[in-house]
Amino acid sequence: MTKAKGLEVSLAVAEAVKQANVDVIAAYPITPQTHIVEELSVYVANGELDAEYVPVESEHTAMSASVGSSAAGARTYTATSAQGLALMHEILFIASGLRLPIVMTVANRALSAPISIWNDHGDIMAERDIGWVQIFAENGQEAYDLSIAAFKIAEDHRVLLPVCVNIDGFILTHMIEPVLFIDQKKIDAFLPPFNPALTLDPKKPVTMGPVGVPEVYAESRKQCEQALINSREIVAEVFDQWGKTFDRNYKLIEKNGPDEAKSLFITMGSMGETTMTAVQELTDSGESVGQVRIRLWRPFPKKEFLNAIAGAEELIIIDRALSPGSHNGPVAQEVKALLYDEPVKPRVHNVIAGLGGRDVTVKDFKKMYAMSRKNELDPNYTIWGVRSDA
Amino acid sequence: MAESAICAWQKLELGTAITTPGNSAELRTGDWKTLRPETDREKCIKCGMCSIYCPEFCISEAEDGYYPADLFYCKGCGICANECPKKAISMIMD
Repeated sequence: MTKAKGLEVSLAVAEAVKQANVDVIAAYPITPQTHIVEELSVYVANGELDAEYVPVESEHTAMSASVGSSAAGARTYTATSAQGLALMHEILFIASGLRLPIVMTVANRALSAPISIWNDHGDIMAERDIGWVQIFAENGQEAYDLSIAAFKIAEDHRVLLPVCVNIDGFILTHMIEPVLFIDQKKIDAFLPPFNPALTLDPKKPVTMGPVGVPEVYAESRKQCEQALINSREIVAEVFDQWGKTFDRNYKLIEKNGPDEAKSLFITMGSMGETTMTAVQELTDSGESVGQVRIRLWRPFPKKEFLNAIAGAEELIIIDRALSPGSHNGPVAQEVKALLYDEPVKPRVHNVIAGLGGRDVTVKDFKKMYAMSRKNELDPNYTIWGVRSDA
Repeated sequence: MAESAICAWQKLELGTAITTPGNSAELRTGDWKTLRPETDREKCIKCGMCSIYCPEFCISEAEDGYYPADLFYCKGCGICANECPKKAISMIMD
């Protein structure tokens, strides 16, 4: 292992994709994803990466071309954000339905209107049910590591599903962070060449994506969903292997703070780092607080999550997306549905914070905690920091 | 999609792919018809108009020169009966 190098996280992700030795990149630039694909196009242009770079005319085409190249047996990568992800929408379901192990980075950004280039999770939450494995990275090192691990997860024959690695737009993509890069030989040993299970081959013709009549469609969906459910185990296995090989350990659900903490913050993505500082300071001043970070969002690691929150009296669930007209934000909906079957349920507060790039600081987390103690948070959800005349 | 695709989800091909080319011939498209064509051989002049108009291409000339419909594929649309210049085909309940 070499010394850490200070680098913009987008460029670290591009390096990871290069080191994963992809065959095809089909991408359309969109802020804040641009630096990733721009850097990859440079690698291809100067011969550092022997891959086909398809400069498509839209994200709809980026995902369509990715489906085609993955079906032809090429290791395929793309990246997008917000409106771009929304434009891919219908093809995202086809990628998982055809069981194609595409890897995609989503530089999470708020959806228009009004136009926002800044971070929140509204883009991926609108694509929650696409049937992809969905992972959230918390910092630059994770973004680099998980971008490589994603290929191993996706291409495992027990999975064969596309994987999406979420990294918070700007907060991660444009941040210069120290990153430990891995030697190419070690990556090659960890990630063998793509061995597709089924390919478009004129010598052995197959039809991918035929009509699924009512007698078949439900079974077809069941096959995909079961593969997604089963992938939980393989994600954990790949993370374990990563830890053993590269000495950096990742879990599906991470717990931080004292084991017996009565209150737990629940976060996804980069916000977990800020929460970590808040948890430390609150613990230092004698409060019983911890945090649980969700790294694997789909499939949701039910068992690991319930283990992590066991014994807690109160959860403060931070959502970085609004689910308009619902009782809660998407993460809180998920957790509350899970708790319904549990004999002992902690109290749940839901705070929707950081919409459209609004800063969420250590001070904010401390205030959320203080309000939860005094029962001042809205029983359903509180949109944090929203200015109001009322 | 062949009849073989009507199976347990575990037995479906990966991504519901079709791995045996040309197997659409095995699909019984004729299983949802309500009416089927029946030819009155007294009236039939063996002109083959029914075969030309059949959208399913399931009517072809037999050795005896008549044009029977292959009921494995016939969807019972009635176009043959409608187009027959001698009104020799009637649609009867299947």
